[in-house]
Amino acid sequence: MIGLKFDKTKCVDCKGVFCLTRCQYLQLDRDTARKEWQKIVDGEDSFVLEACTTCYACEEYCPFHNHPFYLIVERQEQKGILPAPRPIITMWINQCQPVGRFTVGKVDERMLSYCFLPHFNTLVKGKLFDDTAGAVVFGQEFFCNAVYLHYAHTSVITERLPQIVANIGKLGVRELICLHDECYGTFTSLAPAYGIEVPFKPVHYFEYLYNRLKGLGKTVKKLDVKAAYQRNCSSRLAPETDKLVDDIFSLIGVERVKREYDKENALCCAEIIRMGKGPALADDIQKRNIDDMVKAGAEYCVFNCPACWDALADKVARKGIKPVHIIDLCKLAIGEAQSLKLPELAVEV
Amino acid sequence: MMQQKYVSQIHRCFRCGYCKFPTDYSSFNCPPYQRFRFETYSTGGRLWLIYAWLKGEIEWSEHLAEILYTCTTCRNCAEQCPMKFAPDIIDWIVGARSDMVEKGRIPPRVARFFEAVQGYSNPFKLLRDDRASWANGTKLYSPGDEFLLYIGCLGSYDENGQKMAKSLVSVLKAAEVPFGIMGKDEECCGNEVYMLGEMGLFQNIAERNIQKFKKLGVRKIVTLCPHGYHAMKNNYPKAGGFEVYHYTELLAELTKAKKLKFSSNRIKVTYQDPCFLGRHNNIYDEPRQVLQYIPGIELVEMERNRKDAFCCGGGSGNFVMDLLAGDENSPARIRVREAYATGADILAVACPGCMTMLTDAVKTENLETKLTVHDISQILARSLS
Amino acid sequence: MVTTNAIHESLVKIVGKSYVSASREEKYFYARDGGLMPPHEPDFVVLPRTTEEVQEIVRLANREKIPIVPAGAGLALTGLVIPQKGGIVVDMKRMDRVLEVNEKARYVIVEGGTTQGALKSYLQKHHPHLRHSIPDAPPSATVVANAVIHGQGRLAHQHGFNSDMVSGLEVVLPTGEVCRIGSCSVSSYWFSKGPPLPDLSGLFLGWFGTTGIITKLGLKLYPCKKLRDVMVLLTDKVELVPDILLRLSHTEMVEDTVISAQPLPLRFRGTFWIMTYITGDSDEELEFKRKMVWDAVWDYFQSRDVGFISTSPEGKAPLLSMPSKDTTRFADVAKGGGFQYAGPITPIEKFPAFIRKLEEVAAKYNVFYGSTTRLIGSGHCMMFSFSFSFNRANPDEMARAKRALDECSKFALEEGAVLWKPDVDEQKMIMEKMDPNTLELMRKIKRLLDPNGIMNPGNWEMR
Ligand SMILES: Cc1cc2nc3c(=O)[nH]c(=O)nc-3n(C[C@H](O)[C@H](O)[C@H](O)COP(=O)(O)OP(=O)(O)OC[C@H]3O[C@@H](n4cnc5c(N)ncnc54)[C@H](O)[C@@H]3O)c2cc1C
Ligand code: SF4
Ligand code: SF4
Repeated sequence: MIGLKFDKTKCVDCKGVFCLTRCQYLQLDRDTARKEWQKIVDGEDSFVLEACTTCYACEEYCPFHNHPFYLIVERQEQKGILPAPRPIITMWINQCQPVGRFTVGKVDERMLSYCFLPHFNTLVKGKLFDDTAGAVVFGQEFFCNAVYLHYAHTSVITERLPQIVANIGKLGVRELICLHDECYGTFTSLAPAYGIEVPFKPVHYFEYLYNRLKGLGKTVKKLDVKAAYQRNCSSRLAPETDKLVDDIFSLIGVERVKREYDKENALCCAEIIRMGKGPALADDIQKRNIDDMVKAGAEYCVFNCPACWDALADKVARKGIKPVHIIDLCKLAIGEAQSLKLPELAVEV
Repeated sequence: MMQQKYVSQIHRCFRCGYCKFPTDYSSFNCPPYQRFRFETYSTGGRLWLIYAWLKGEIEWSEHLAEILYTCTTCRNCAEQCPMKFAPDIIDWIVGARSDMVEKGRIPPRVARFFEAVQGYSNPFKLLRDDRASWANGTKLYSPGDEFLLYIGCLGSYDENGQKMAKSLVSVLKAAEVPFGIMGKDEECCGNEVYMLGEMGLFQNIAERNIQKFKKLGVRKIVTLCPHGYHAMKNNYPKAGGFEVYHYTELLAELTKAKKLKFSSNRIKVTYQDPCFLGRHNNIYDEPRQVLQYIPGIELVEMERNRKDAFCCGGGSGNFVMDLLAGDENSPARIRVREAYATGADILAVACPGCMTMLTDAVKTENLETKLTVHDISQILARSLS
Repeated sequence: MVTTNAIHESLVKIVGKSYVSASREEKYFYARDGGLMPPHEPDFVVLPRTTEEVQEIVRLANREKIPIVPAGAGLALTGLVIPQKGGIVVDMKRMDRVLEVNEKARYVIVEGGTTQGALKSYLQKHHPHLRHSIPDAPPSATVVANAVIHGQGRLAHQHGFNSDMVSGLEVVLPTGEVCRIGSCSVSSYWFSKGPPLPDLSGLFLGWFGTTGIITKLGLKLYPCKKLRDVMVLLTDKVELVPDILLRLSHTEMVEDTVISAQPLPLRFRGTFWIMTYITGDSDEELEFKRKMVWDAVWDYFQSRDVGFISTSPEGKAPLLSMPSKDTTRFADVAKGGGFQYAGPITPIEKFPAFIRKLEEVAAKYNVFYGSTTRLIGSGHCMMFSFSFSFNRANPDEMARAKRALDECSKFALEEGAVLWKPDVDEQKMIMEKMDPNTLELMRKIKRLLDPNGIMNPGNWEMR
């Protein structure tokens, strides 16, 4: 049976109601948090369901891995709450609908997943991908569908995901190197939470990069730069991977600047929030985030998620910080060029 | 054959005309359209006429063939056409030409071109024995040489091309590059024959050349001419087993590795991107790097440069047949006026085709005292200390 | 009757041998356009370079009573440059200069065949703080022809039809006289096409070359700000679209608004995409305008009926480019090199009804459809496009597309729209519906200006 495995009893034992008390947007005291959370658990109405920005952070804050965010999404859907305008949701649901167009590169036991992000066509090249280049799955038929967590549509996920998993499994893939946290999080967190079996081993691309860099030995040069790291919402589904950022940085001589909005207190790129809640909150988040990078003396802003890149690359560049995707950062360390760059700014094209 | 795909695809052209322009739409960048100005001479016109011919809506005529053969395969259209099929346009045109060739329906000038290459292995009907008369004792390739320097027909026979060949040889010697030429044994590369649609002849040429290269044990070829470079790199059967470089790539490497010493040369230079180097093979930086390496040289760009460069009008055999000649709107004449407008003293080229077309045009435009056409190796040779 | 040869020789005398053709190939190409109207061949194609040459060609044609058709790039797609009765096609595109820009009075004077692309590029290079209202037609479209057919460009919302922006004309009349229209008829300045004089530009604009050949045209230019951005609004409620457009217009902050609706790619299905453009000289100005746009539809946002989609700089680039290549790419969705649209000019309240008709007709004739609507003026009207793409190698599909177009045009006319750049059949439909006195006035004007009926015959032909 596919359904969210949520354990009420864990919440009863929870002292801090961390899911809600640590929420960056709600500012709830513990009593209110407990009350509201109980309502959510019991399937009653709670203002939290409307106010939620869908930033995914509570998934990370719950010390019991009890999936509070997935529950919120379930409840939002049950109550017909729309965290974003209906046409935006419709657009997403249509855009990613499987249509039987399988975009598969060379089939291998170990393959890269490009998710639904064309950026990887640009990013994936050079020595780092010597032995995997070309072995790629991309597009609707392999799309993890986690994005519907933002849109109160778990039903779309539970409907499509089993087929997606099967599509990948059918290729005979043993290891799927996920280039996007959303996929990795889907296969390591979301799917198990819903009892969907994953017949292959998801590998986070941080791990892959780290091992590649190790393998390249002396060709890796220390970059000796200071960088702000931009954490993305979907990394909240697999917070254990955050440590790998530090590992990679230390291999290539990059200092992850200490700043207010990193690690568990990271701010997301806010574009999903813009679409759901409007520009005021989104602008505020982006401003705080970028000001924080500037204050911390970052030369680079390192991106993990291409969607964050789309949202922020241009904006950090305007503040004099160089935007770079972490794959490109690794390339720089082995003497290769940055491939994902901002288009030249022009009034018109 | 791959070009035959055109039959089932060519109707997809919408005759929108994007293909006539450079990226900024400032002028017309399809050489025959710029020269003749009837829509029929634009890419769209050509494609629609080919389709009409395929469907039997119009008969073959010499005028039709001329329209087809004035295309210099400069590849501007493929760069600018917004449609998905854009990269295939040249194949379509070449495909239609090959059909005309098969049916024996081609303009006399094109027929003469084929005859010459067939009989003399060069389009000028000059003697095979004279192919290396420029070479003046240049060493023949022998196993162990790193490079075979492939000269091509223009470099071998054309007065200006020969100058290029000689200066390139002197530069390579100065840089102590181990190389040799084929001398009298060299034959036409076949690029123009291919572009003009004589596929049978091209196959023969390619196979013969590959045999010769193999027999000599050639591993790396460096060509004087971008046309030969293109043919060998992209259209010879893959089994060749050798690498191909254009001489500007090699010179860029040599200058970067500081294999050549220069004295200062205070001149203003503008550079003509050859179609078969630039648009066809994406080599824009190396020639410029070489020029900029020479102290004192100021490189200025023409309005249309890099992927927007305006073709000299010499492609697809037109450096011999010159179907676009005879008017102030002939591409080479327009181009030298554009070069002159930059204030440059020297118009640098990297192709013997451009060399001969633009040198002639400088004369016709009475710019001889103001603008000199030199190839990059000549500029380099003059700056060696 | 003079022989064809003699006419050929006369034409050669006028424009030179290189610029006259009576060859099969040119006749074939100039007999048709990229749309669906049946071809008809000219007897000659000529490429004049000067007003004097045009004058002589027209005189010759008038003397010999030969039909004459001025042509730009033929991109109107409704066969307006197909020589319905043969004769001479005058390809204007050798008259391609930008003659003068008056920065202080903000106008440009171009020749009769200057392309949109050339004008855009010229302004960008020499007068970067001025711009014109660029239509999304391919850049080979000519400035004059676009005004002649009352085109609309990227400033249509702020400043109306491109023909509204004309600031003077030089015309060769069908009888061969050269005539100046507007302020330039009394002054050396080309700032007005009419006011404060009787506005005679109406004798030529909208007439499809049936009343003369325009050899020069003054066009108003507008400020070009340093920054430009596009905001993309989505709604799934078609009935809200007119109100959204009015609200956007009410801000007086947006310069162009385009609505697209199409079933494929899938992301477009089921939603209407409203692209609205803002400009500014500073980030603050842009930010302010962005906020105005959000505020304008804030209640729809809260009711979740309207959303804004976030777009990366890469994603925006094609939307910001002028002209939009994507518009042209529609011709290849059926992998067949063809599309045509009926583009009635209509009150914006008709949007829902027209969309329903479009979907119905597309299903009925089994043709691929799309629609790009452009707001014209401050909500005064819109150009709604019923666009169908077709495969040129599939005659049956072409016939179905044509029938679909005809049905949409008929419907639009019945709904109170006026057909834009109508083909000869649609012109007849319009004239049938027209006030008879208006029609009679048009007839009188036509007879007066073109007594021998040589100019683009078949078009605006009143029985
Ligand atoms: C993909 C695509 C997108 C388009 N988008 C737009 C758009 O956004 N906005 C828009 O307005 N249009 C658009 N169009 C329609 C059309 O292409 C343009 O309006 C264009 O400006 C027409 O110019 P042309 O030179 O091709 O005109 P043509 O089709 O050559 O001529 C149109 C009419 O003008 C007459 N004419 C031409 N020159 C003269 C002259 N010198 N004197 C008198 N009469 C003359 C012709 O006889 C004919 O009747 C689009 C078309 C396409 C194919
Ligand atoms: S080749 Fe491409 S750009 Fe040129 S007319 Fe055809 S469709 Fe348009
Ligand atoms: S290759 Fe060059 S000459 Fe040939 S049609 Fe294209 S743009 Fe014109």
